[in-house]
Amino acid sequence: MAVISYIQAVTQALREEMKRDDKVFVLGEDVGKRGGVFRATDGLYDEFGEDRVLDTPLAESAIAGVGIGAAMYGMRPVAEMQFADFIMPAVNQIISEAAKTRYRSNNDWSVPMTIRAPYGGGVHGALYHSQSVEAVFANQPGLKIVMPSTPYDVKGLLKASIRDNDPVLFFEHKRAYRLIKGEVPEEDYTLPIGKADVKREGSDITVITYGLCVHFALQAAEKLAEEGIDAHILDLRTVYPLDQQGIIEAASKTGKVLLVTEDNKEGGIISEVSAIISENCLFDLDAPVQRLAGPDVPSMPYAPTMEKFFMMNPDKVEKAMRDLAEF
Amino acid sequence: MAENRHKSLGLSDEEVLDLFRTMLMARKIDERMWLLNRAGKIPFVISCQGQEAAQVGASYALDRTKDYALPYYRDMGVVLSFGMTPQDLMLSGFAKAEDPNSGGRQMPGHFGQKKNRIVTGSSPVTTQVPHAVGIALAGKMEKKDFVSLVTFGEGSSNQGDFHEGANFAGVHKLPVIFMVENNKYAISVPVSKQLACEKVSDRAIGYGMPGFTVDGNDPLAVYEAVKAAADRCRNGEGPTLIETVSYRLTPHSSDDDDRTYREREEVDEAKKKDSIVTFANYLREQNILTEEIETEMNEEINQIVNDATDYAENASYAEAESAMKYVYEE
Repeated sequence: MAVISYIQAVTQALREEMKRDDKVFVLGEDVGKRGGVFRATDGLYDEFGEDRVLDTPLAESAIAGVGIGAAMYGMRPVAEMQFADFIMPAVNQIISEAAKTRYRSNNDWSVPMTIRAPYGGGVHGALYHSQSVEAVFANQPGLKIVMPSTPYDVKGLLKASIRDNDPVLFFEHKRAYRLIKGEVPEEDYTLPIGKADVKREGSDITVITYGLCVHFALQAAEKLAEEGIDAHILDLRTVYPLDQQGIIEAASKTGKVLLVTEDNKEGGIISEVSAIISENCLFDLDAPVQRLAGPDVPSMPYAPTMEKFFMMNPDKVEKAMRDLAEF
Repeated sequence: MAENRHKSLGLSDEEVLDLFRTMLMARKIDERMWLLNRAGKIPFVISCQGQEAAQVGASYALDRTKDYALPYYRDMGVVLSFGMTPQDLMLSGFAKAEDPNSGGRQMPGHFGQKKNRIVTGSSPVTTQVPHAVGIALAGKMEKKDFVSLVTFGEGSSNQGDFHEGANFAGVHKLPVIFMVENNKYAISVPVSKQLACEKVSDRAIGYGMPGFTVDGNDPLAVYEAVKAAADRCRNGEGPTLIETVSYRLTPHSSDDDDRTYREREEVDEAKKKDSIVTFANYLREQNILTEEIETEMNEEINQIVNDATDYAENASYAEAESAMKYVYEE
């Protein structure tokens, strides 16, 4: 099996889906000739032409809204927001329109659209190129939010998102783009949206997280294994709607749960995970559910000192895991 | 006899009579809804009154077997023209399960019916504009020759989605007709406080498309402008912005009191130009709307509106638990 990077998995999934179904097309800023500012659509313009790899005017609400219109017609648009931070002008289109179209039309209309956006920090991106925005959308029934951690998951879940008949927000960690590599089958496969995945079996503590933080947890777990602490790691993969059964099983398995995100602490995905655990796992718990997250400041600052302070890393995760194990 | 203006547009006597009939149907359904609201039978009404000529004139200029309509909440004339029935509209007014727009989920005026290519809409204004552009983009990609007509008020022409959608369509030369139904008010705020330019159509040049302002009380003027725009669309010449100027004859909605912000004299003056009156006069002058036909038409429409009201009033609501359905594909 070929080892490819996280971003190559994005490109591979897009290329294969565009080949498979000529209703699939890509639209966004700089996605065409340039192949995307991160090169996620590299080569697609030459292969599929400017009509299917569409450079749009710089206007995020139109990127989402035009995609919604095309999807309602029956196309399968994959819209790119250049940075998740810049999705805000499109929020009305995503929340008022895409999320509610099927429901408000009593199943008459639907929006089979995927919106891809790079999120996350640790790239000297400062306040507006570092954010995690999933919590903004994670109480909007009608939407699905996928946040994969590995190249294998990227390919299988992006394909599943494109084939899904409802709108999917597909958030890609921009630091993972070239940092994370992994084995990816060359053949076609999809992974189920809405299912969490156990990334490491363990029996002492449970870490539930998603995105780049999965790798921080895996690294920390290897170190802690040397100390005899055996961590169970659940990758949420889909952060909305959450895989409640997967969360309950993972939490009950060890009774000690650490939830990790690089987003702000309050009101985020892990807050909801914590609520699910508290509603369902009271008698299985041996310690209070712990949350490790970014500080509750508006976003990640630019200066390296402050960026490092905000950003999640393996050391912070390792310490929190050890503290919980020792509880 | 006054000059015949419809023949040169390619419209037969029968066609203009049918056009008028649809305008009158919209008016009479709308009037009935107000009665039902004031009688406490339906919670909400939002009106088409004063805009029927623009709505029906525009729709009749399109190919209603393949073109798409993205109406806004006043467009009863558009959706009737595109095939929604009076009974459908009454079912929506009463929020009954059989309402094809939403099964009683949305307020009246939130139109949508896929089989007639009436695209579902919401309440935040102008969101439908980029959708119309996306549908036109899909049509171009699929090499179809339909056009998409999107309508909205002059207030909506201030929204970002208007700008973003119009610019996108202009850049990609997409077959979209942007039709602004300028009824002079965005709820209580008059045009003078909405626009710094003289006409909404002045904005067209910024999007690289032609812009026209026509009399929204004259269905033939609107027909002519929309027909030309549709021809440009189908010839690959891109979008057009059309502003139809008329007047909102009712308060904004059943929850509004327009006496708090406009004079009665102004409304009375506008009523003299009401297209239901003026276009009927034209058809009488042309000997198309004879006394006999008019009586028959009124009786027929009254009967249809009565039947639709009775049917909708007696129809069932959706089961309470059905509120859980269709969040996602099932």
